[in-house]
Amino acid sequence: MNLTRRDVLKSQAIAAASAAAGISAPAAAQNIVTERERTELQWNKAACRFCGTGCSVMVATRNGRVVATHGDAEAEVNRGLNCVKGYFLSKIMYGADRLTLPLLRKRNGVYDKTGDFEEVSWDEAFDVMAEKFKATLREKGPEAVGMFGSGQWTVWEGYAASKLYKAGFRSNNIDPNARHCMASAVAGFIRTFGIDEPMGCYDDFEHADAFVLWGANMAEMHPILWTRLTDRRLSAPHVRVAVLSTYHNRCYDLADLEMTFTPQTDLALLNAIARHIIKTGKVNTDFVDKHVNFKRGNPDIGYGLRPEHPLEQAAENPDAAGGFTDMTFEEFEEFLEPYTFEYAEELSGVPARRIEELAEIYADPDTKVMSLWTMGVNQHTRGVWVNNMIYNVHLLTGKIAEPGNSPFSLTGQPSACGTAREVGTFAHRLPADLVVANPEHRATAEKIWKLPEGTVPGWVGAHAVLQNRKLKDGEINAYWIQVNNNLQAAPNMLEETYPGYRNPENFIVVSDAYPTVTAQAADLVLPTAMWVEKEGAYGNAERRTQFWHELAPAPGEARSDLWQVMEFSKRFTTDEVWPAEILDAAPEYRGKTLFEVLYANGNVDAYDVAETEEYPNHESDHFGFYVQKGLFEEYARFGRGHAHDLADFDTYHQVRGLRWPVVDGQETRWRFREGYDPYVTEGAGWDFYGKPDGRANIFALPYEPPAESPDDEYPFWLVTGRVLEHWHSGSMTDRVPELHKAYPDAMVYMHPEDAASLGLHRGSAVKLTSRRGDMLTRVETRGRNRVPRGLIFVPWFDANQLINKLTLDATDPISKQTDFKKCACKVEAA
Amino acid sequence: MRYLGLKTLAAGCLIAGIAVAQQSNISTLRMTDPLNDEMPPPMRPVEETGLRPARNYPEQPPIIPHDIEGYEVSANYNRCLSCHARAATQRSQAPMVSVTHYIDRHGQVLASVSPRRYFCNQCHVPQHPDVPLVNNTFIDIDTLLTMPEE
Repeated sequence: MNLTRRDVLKSQAIAAASAAAGISAPAAAQNIVTERERTELQWNKAACRFCGTGCSVMVATRNGRVVATHGDAEAEVNRGLNCVKGYFLSKIMYGADRLTLPLLRKRNGVYDKTGDFEEVSWDEAFDVMAEKFKATLREKGPEAVGMFGSGQWTVWEGYAASKLYKAGFRSNNIDPNARHCMASAVAGFIRTFGIDEPMGCYDDFEHADAFVLWGANMAEMHPILWTRLTDRRLSAPHVRVAVLSTYHNRCYDLADLEMTFTPQTDLALLNAIARHIIKTGKVNTDFVDKHVNFKRGNPDIGYGLRPEHPLEQAAENPDAAGGFTDMTFEEFEEFLEPYTFEYAEELSGVPARRIEELAEIYADPDTKVMSLWTMGVNQHTRGVWVNNMIYNVHLLTGKIAEPGNSPFSLTGQPSACGTAREVGTFAHRLPADLVVANPEHRATAEKIWKLPEGTVPGWVGAHAVLQNRKLKDGEINAYWIQVNNNLQAAPNMLEETYPGYRNPENFIVVSDAYPTVTAQAADLVLPTAMWVEKEGAYGNAERRTQFWHELAPAPGEARSDLWQVMEFSKRFTTDEVWPAEILDAAPEYRGKTLFEVLYANGNVDAYDVAETEEYPNHESDHFGFYVQKGLFEEYARFGRGHAHDLADFDTYHQVRGLRWPVVDGQETRWRFREGYDPYVTEGAGWDFYGKPDGRANIFALPYEPPAESPDDEYPFWLVTGRVLEHWHSGSMTDRVPELHKAYPDAMVYMHPEDAASLGLHRGSAVKLTSRRGDMLTRVETRGRNRVPRGLIFVPWFDANQLINKLTLDATDPISKQTDFKKCACKVEAA
Repeated sequence: MRYLGLKTLAAGCLIAGIAVAQQSNISTLRMTDPLNDEMPPPMRPVEETGLRPARNYPEQPPIIPHDIEGYEVSANYNRCLSCHARAATQRSQAPMVSVTHYIDRHGQVLASVSPRRYFCNQCHVPQHPDVPLVNNTFIDIDTLLTMPEE
């Protein structure tokens, strides 16, 4: 049937007319259910499952099914709005291929790495898994087991997993996929302020006079924050928006100042702006004198590749990448001398007068500026530097930590802040900004966890990319992946990810709700409950912690990640995994299971299961105590009184989240600023208390070239990223028909003249090739992204187009975060 | 509160493929080995039916049943509103933007569409004629109410 719009309008007119005449159209529903008892829905709040914005949604359930969702009108973050993904949350749990039983690779009835998947019981799954982990621990020790978690773990899931690894298995080889996403932001905060996460909050959107986007396509990736920014820009005509990117994206639709720059040259642009602020006398000297130190960062730090790579061999400071020395303001000014607007133009391709226009936005003392950034800055081999350099310009002008003056690091994932960063599920971290390398910090953790001295090891574990390298090299052999699809997400898939998963020496476990390509590459797949199938907590980019209740049962035998971690811990005793010296010194721990020492420790099991009566709670029913509350309250001890204060557990179920530190029941909107932050010393004005002397650091950091640039053989920059309609690898959104049909297949965005010069046009089949792999796709020369000549953009959501076969596993040497935004490739007709 | 039942539905979620004893390929969105690519299907223009499919629930933003290629929605001009704004609907016979779109962050009704709702395609998307790779077993409330409870 080929109906035109006109035909449809006509038929609709007929239907309307017949309805008005009291004639019912055929097949129309004649009965409307009106009985209150039947039409009543249970509405509960939950945090959105997708991005780091942290919208609150209202979820309607009936008979254990989610039947509707909408934006929560009471939530400050989104005030009733959702983006298109958020509006379709109702359907993400209902893909027809939900995993409902564990799947184990078997041949002739027993586990075999080369076998096919067979359904097994949880008992059999955990038997085989425990045997593999025990054998690995026995033969090679804690450094040979590992876990890859997620910024999509709930707070207590990340916390329980971290305890199991760092204290139970005594292995710090646990890292979240937030390493791919936020690690550069974290290191930027620690280097500049000594404490993680933004000082400002989303209220800044309604106070700023100018917004500067440094590599964040907010219109697609943070749509609801984009609505707040748009609201401000269009409601108050004096407000200006500057958009910086390596290609023209949807944010340019609102831009007053567009700056498309050559990849990597943001470093030069930021130094040129800092130079302009100094040269024009716009430094806020009172602020700088009282609150700032100047540091010279180590240059030539390499590219985080394998140590034998020629680029690492050639680098001066690959082993002291984060190092820095003191300098004076005058030395800083001298350092910036080469970074004229003309030099910045030469490197970046952005006209000098536009750079000056942007510099003036920062320099003008009467313009309140909010800078925003995400992956364009963080996924960068100098990502930490760019973070530091954005703070530089805010610190030089004192435009920080007050309403509207806000360098704001946006977060990618829903709990990259709340779980990965605050709980500290990174290979080097413990909760509340503590680190494993510090013996006092380990002692604090051991005390709170009621564990013997020396339980938590001091060695820094393998980060995301290093885990893949160690799997490939056979150094990590028992490996558990939860809440992410890392075969699709990690860089250089063919050379570094896939070989490790399929290495015959390794046993790979994947917990997921759906059979992803990572599950396909695993040896054991554990069916997993998702989102409102479990009680949860997420922490968003503005330090807001949000809770939800379990609202619907998981299908079949799917179990939450939390249940999996805790239940698995029952299969190990301290004698099997702890060395004799620890048990000799603390014999009362002998013979106990890891479940007993980690979770039935008097803290975690302190709350009665009866407290969960109002809502279902599978984990608490199973373990016999209020698991989520016990884990949260034990975890919160790390931060209370230490500028990371969380409210009590029950409060979060009542409110639409609170921004930490929560002191005397009051949340904190602007940290480091007197009058807003209770931790600021009285009379100080500003107090960057993350640093011992209360001063933030301004860093002198140079422009350095990227790890790989286009050349004659591979003439294009390859930029990867996301699209609005899909979340990350598409494992949820590609199973929602409306979202799939909105953006069914990935494609390569190309400049039309580049396409023409290769004899290609819109829709042409092409092969993209880098030095590491190739992929088939089709050409798009129009649409939402308009790329400059010599650059292509490919989204990574599509399981059928694994663009990470091409990307390079170059990382920021400080943060160990991969640069997914620039490598060299070629395009050929296929 | 405990769940009210409908266990039959949960059982219905099992797809036939997982019921077989052994399978080498479990990845449903990608039917080929991770190492072997197939050429993606040709690009298709968006569905231009003008038909309005039923929403999954009243709060769902309606999808766009026509092509929007090249529509300008910028700080200066909003092509969508040239048909969907209240004053334009007599001429266009297009649906008027929902009354919710006139409400600002603070619950105040404005004289015009709220700037927070300005970029239409953050919520409303066209559809390409494609068969989803995996079915979705979401059940809308009207259907659910007709099903027997356990």
